[in-house]
Amino acid sequence: MKRPQLERPALLEARAIQRLYGPGKGCEEIDFTLHQGEVLGIVGESGSGKSTLLRVLSGLEAPDRGQVVYHAGEAGSVGGSPGKDEALDLYAISEARRRALLRMEWGLVHQNPRDGLRLGVSAGANVGERLMALGQRHYGELRAAGQDWMGRVELDPARIDDAPQTFSGGMQQRLQIARTLVTQPRLVFMDEPTGGLDVSVQARLLDMLRTLTRELGLSVILVTHDLAVARLLAHRLMVMRRGRVVEAGLTDQILDDPQHPYTQLLVSSVLTP
Amino acid sequence: MTSPFLTARRLDKTFMLHAQGGQALPVMRGLELSLSPGECLVLAGRSGIGKSTLLKMVNGNYRVSGGQLTLHFEDGELELSALPAHAWHLLRRDVIGYVSQFLRVVPRVSAREVVMEPLLARGCDVSEARTRAEALLARLNLPERLWELAPGTFSGGEQQRVNIARGFIAEHPLLLLDEPTASLDAANREVVVQLIEEAKARGTAMLGIFHDEEVRERVADRLLELEGHMLLGGTDADRTASDQTSFRQTDSGESLS
Repeated sequence: MKRPQLERPALLEARAIQRLYGPGKGCEEIDFTLHQGEVLGIVGESGSGKSTLLRVLSGLEAPDRGQVVYHAGEAGSVGGSPGKDEALDLYAISEARRRALLRMEWGLVHQNPRDGLRLGVSAGANVGERLMALGQRHYGELRAAGQDWMGRVELDPARIDDAPQTFSGGMQQRLQIARTLVTQPRLVFMDEPTGGLDVSVQARLLDMLRTLTRELGLSVILVTHDLAVARLLAHRLMVMRRGRVVEAGLTDQILDDPQHPYTQLLVSSVLTP
Repeated sequence: MTSPFLTARRLDKTFMLHAQGGQALPVMRGLELSLSPGECLVLAGRSGIGKSTLLKMVNGNYRVSGGQLTLHFEDGELELSALPAHAWHLLRRDVIGYVSQFLRVVPRVSAREVVMEPLLARGCDVSEARTRAEALLARLNLPERLWELAPGTFSGGEQQRVNIARGFIAEHPLLLLDEPTASLDAANREVVVQLIEEAKARGTAMLGIFHDEEVRERVADRLLELEGHMLLGGTDADRTASDQTSFRQTDSGESLS
């Protein structure tokens, strides 16, 4: 048997990122590479800086120092020449180009679905909107995509004309995921996607996220405080405390054989039902 | 004698116990092993000497503290103790399979899907994965009415059979078997022995733990004596390590692959 090809091209790089609001508040000295097809979990307690880091990585907040580098690939639409790897420094490119990137190649799933949805317009319009931003105008196709994606996230397609206001929290979260994934983004950021949901609803969402991640070959950066969610979804973990990464590695290794004192404390503090 | 696929040289494992003032707990010293394709090497030693520790090191759940753990391919070696974290999920998808005693149950995922997943992760066609999963579940005598259900409520033996089917379906070149027959009846033990023999015939290298003496006699090509290398003999070393390290011990996890 030949040696397997274990290297994947880099998709996103964090280079010495710092974003501090005060001493130990925010994040600093963040360095990592996300490869294509990887799910990277960022775990830590509240106040550890993981949400700040996600905002910096996803183009919402410029760092004080350091770079976020995105490798625009074969999609090439925003990155420039198709078929050529071009490294884009996220905060050095123009605002317009950054927005286009977010719209066309990235997706962001907020913890609170109300931050990611437009509550006043129909479910179908929420899903179709990102497609329209990519230039799709055919009403029938947009509607078909809306129905298809509502089905994929286990929402009743018959409710395509209902406003998300009339949906439960779990349904809204699934609609947000449909809205985000409909454009088949290369890179998806998720901020506590199962937070604030009932446990039974969480399980359904987790199962859905696992399946979609595998089927679409998504690359994901996932922020969560829930180690069980991290074990299920993430290939790799970074453990954050007081703004810094204290330990990073294979998910199973971080959870079964943690090295850093803080990680050992964190892992041993979880109840196993 | 074929050339080995997996070798360990002077392998060490030490747990660092930060909750106890940074105390170091050495559990393995200077272990050597060599495993060839088509061979089943069975770990021998008193109950609780820490046999699973070795399997978890090969599967990446436990970090290697010292020495080398190496896979040998036709075109070169792969050093597992130095493998970057992002390479492990691909290695597990394509090369290393693990059958643990306990199934990590994912809510809402049916037994059939649990078994299909390793194939789907490789991009295998859904209907083919389904056919192969159902064939294995049927062979392991799991009643058809259970295939559609999530295994959370299954008995220990039923869960174990789902786990065995999941472990064998993808025909990894290296299989780690952590007491795959522990809670099975005679008929299903027999099926597992056959699965192991078939795996041998297609060149799978296997490293296993079997408490059942009869099964061990039948599947083992060689025994690897751990006595003298494991430093926590006498008591249940795994449990001791886990108690002392006070972090949660789980069976080998398979995260999303």
